[in-house]
Amino acid sequence: MNNATAAPIDNETVGGVQTDQMFINMGPQHPSTHGVLRIGLTVEGEVIVKAIPDIGYLHRGTEKLAEVRNFHHCVVLTDRWDYVSAMPNNLVFCLSAEKLMGLKIPPRADALRVIMCELNRVASHLLFFGTYGIDTGAFTPFLYAFREREMVLDLFEMLCGARLTYNYIRLGGVMIDTTPEWLTRLKEFVEYFKPRLDEYDTLLSFNPIFMARTKNVGCLTAAEAVNWGLSGPNLRASGVDYDVRKHDPYCGYENYAFEVPLGENGSCWDRYFCRVREMRQSIKIIEQALSKLPEGPTMAMGVAKIPKPAPGEAYAHVEASRGELGIYLVSDGGISPFRMHVRAPSFVNLAMLQEKLVGMKVADVIAVLGSIDIVLGEVDR
Amino acid sequence: MSEASEEKKDAPASNGAPAPAAAPAPAPAAAPVPAAVGAPAAAPAPAAAAPKPAPKPAKAPLPDPVLNRKNGRLLEDRFATWPQPIFDSKWQRPSYRQGAVMLAGIFVGLAVLGIAVGELSKWADLFYHWLGSPLPKFLLFGAPGFWQLSPLAVDAIWIAIKVLIVLHVILINGLWSIWWERKISAHIQSRVGPTYAGSPKGMNWHGWAQTAIDGIKLLLKEDITPVAADGPVHALAPAIVVIPCVIAFAPVLFGKELAAASLDIGTLYIFAFAGITVFGVVMAGWGSGNKYSLLGGLRAAAQIVSYELPRGFSVVPVLMFAGSLDLSVIVKAQAGYWGGIIPRWFVFYPVVGQIAFAIFLIASIAETNRVPFDIPEAESELVGGFHTEYSGMKWSIFFLTEYGYVLLGSFLLATFFLGGGSSPINLPPFTLIPSWLWMLGKAMLMMFTFLWVRWTLPRFRVDQLMDFCWKFLLPWSFANVVVAGVYLALWLK
Repeated sequence: MNNATAAPIDNETVGGVQTDQMFINMGPQHPSTHGVLRIGLTVEGEVIVKAIPDIGYLHRGTEKLAEVRNFHHCVVLTDRWDYVSAMPNNLVFCLSAEKLMGLKIPPRADALRVIMCELNRVASHLLFFGTYGIDTGAFTPFLYAFREREMVLDLFEMLCGARLTYNYIRLGGVMIDTTPEWLTRLKEFVEYFKPRLDEYDTLLSFNPIFMARTKNVGCLTAAEAVNWGLSGPNLRASGVDYDVRKHDPYCGYENYAFEVPLGENGSCWDRYFCRVREMRQSIKIIEQALSKLPEGPTMAMGVAKIPKPAPGEAYAHVEASRGELGIYLVSDGGISPFRMHVRAPSFVNLAMLQEKLVGMKVADVIAVLGSIDIVLGEVDR
Repeated sequence: MSEASEEKKDAPASNGAPAPAAAPAPAPAAAPVPAAVGAPAAAPAPAAAAPKPAPKPAKAPLPDPVLNRKNGRLLEDRFATWPQPIFDSKWQRPSYRQGAVMLAGIFVGLAVLGIAVGELSKWADLFYHWLGSPLPKFLLFGAPGFWQLSPLAVDAIWIAIKVLIVLHVILINGLWSIWWERKISAHIQSRVGPTYAGSPKGMNWHGWAQTAIDGIKLLLKEDITPVAADGPVHALAPAIVVIPCVIAFAPVLFGKELAAASLDIGTLYIFAFAGITVFGVVMAGWGSGNKYSLLGGLRAAAQIVSYELPRGFSVVPVLMFAGSLDLSVIVKAQAGYWGGIIPRWFVFYPVVGQIAFAIFLIASIAETNRVPFDIPEAESELVGGFHTEYSGMKWSIFFLTEYGYVLLGSFLLATFFLGGGSSPINLPPFTLIPSWLWMLGKAMLMMFTFLWVRWTLPRFRVDQLMDFCWKFLLPWSFANVVVAGVYLALWLK
């Protein structure tokens, strides 16, 4: 791709005909911007000359809201950032708050947290798989992915009553213990899901048209990816082996054997395929967690109804579905956080669009935007 | 939670039991206490005292939507919708067996009906002669006597009837193929598609009336012309799109000798009129006053003009073998069987036939703007492309045209490559089936291919689409013409 060659901004004359550049407002209401992202595109025919991502249409100020909520209530706010995978959001807040409070989490709660986060990663990547198919023009993968995603959401609904905003992971543990029926259903799902992944590869991953559309499009070198601060599958697609689950394990991730899928040249297809392979690894982790699910309580002892952690600060980060999600939490000894700052992966991943889109075709904008898999709830918070 | 509520329920009962026993004890000592006044009265009947400590009846435990351990209601309701177990063999699935029986029934029924009716062209000839006989004039004009219609009037009526039939082929095709596409896409995507519309209560007639009802909805919808639109161009575009499609159907063969017009230049005529549609698409893109529409219109112009070349050149071998542009001559050239078994269809001509067939099929899909070549209306990129700003019936006319061209492409594929109305098997039960039924069956098979491709593949990018046309399809169609020439010189005398 000739990303570096930006066409001149001024109008030019080609063969005696005065050509004009066109400004296209892609979004905030567009089928493929995955929410309310707006990209101001200046195009020369089909080629992008300038792209300005514009965010903020979904800003709800949850970081500020957290300053007037107590710590238990803050968990509810976290659900609304990345509403496609809300479990890691719950988890990261709980981890940082538990650091402040010095709580010790029972092993069963840790295992349940891992299972739920990995299930949610599967659900989130399934949504990505489906919508990326639609972005590239294939409608059928979407319904295949949603068939399986529904099953994950059913599992969530059975356990915690919610399908989207779970509020399942709480300070000191998890909301409620599993039932034997639920574990049976989960095993059923795992067995059902494994062959489906091969189906996805046959249907979309190795489709020649799909590969032509996405391979060698929107490539990011490892250095570029690191400099733009990318994380998660977007970073690993460029070949950088960085996964918080491996490099700073939490919730006992060090006890599970799994691989970190890496891409080759950071193209759209690599980003896509990293996620597809991550689903396989997530299923592997869930199986291991199920096989050695420890008995015991699911909530730590001595979690105050209105916690007042000692003054201090804590930072926790997890590998959310879209990358490294971190929370910096400051307590002044009061009932609510003095300051909460979120390092949202979608927001950071989005930044590279401005530079990478220049020189591409209009169709590639959708391919690249889809492949970095943003959720606007997390971008704007 | 349920344990807690059980405890609450038990609590009044356990408190109530000692109450009657304790009440009589203080009664004789503390008579003036008002509370004790009632006590002796209550003492003889301990049962009456029992309801007193429990004024509220124990509440039935609320069904807990979160964790219903007791009856598992939520669990069963939810998981009833999980995918069915995967069978080892598809024939173990009851719906599969029922569907197969139903399909076989439909095919046999159609074949029997076809054999009973016979060739439609015979009936058409009979009707034409009947028009020329004395009776029709009496029926039409109530003229006294038994005067015949003049030959000119007979022809005029006959042409009007044929035009109406061709028009209705396109309209009915819209109804049928949209329903069919919805059903096929649904089953490809593990859904069921429309099931409700047109079904009697409690029955499933597979939503046969869905398209008709959608059509009524589209007719009733508000027809919006955007402020920024170029009004006349915007209004004229759907007409320019649909009219050439109707005209192009004139020489299309629906069976042996069954066409509205028998033209010596039939092939050229169809391609010429089908090419006019692109003007309408460009007008729609330009006249809508929308940048996405404009991009879509420009893409459509480039795409349709490009793909007409491989489409035309892929048919050249067929024309060379048949030696005519007339569709009925092309079909006649495919009559007969090699060794009495393999039909002499052009698709069975080694190499040349298959390449020509593939290129024509691909180019036909591209001409109809369908996935994987739907870049002019690319939903995920251009919202709706050239028809973004259309609503109601104007919008549906674009779709009517699209499905019209799908049907046209299907009939052309059947005519050029699949031997028209001839039977694929040279045996009595199959050869008895009339040509119009074979033609329809082959066209529907091709239409199924269109739908199948549509719901399986992703979309090309603009430049890849052009590369595919100019660098791949066009050179191969040229090479195909050369090989066809060699065949003509060496093999086919």
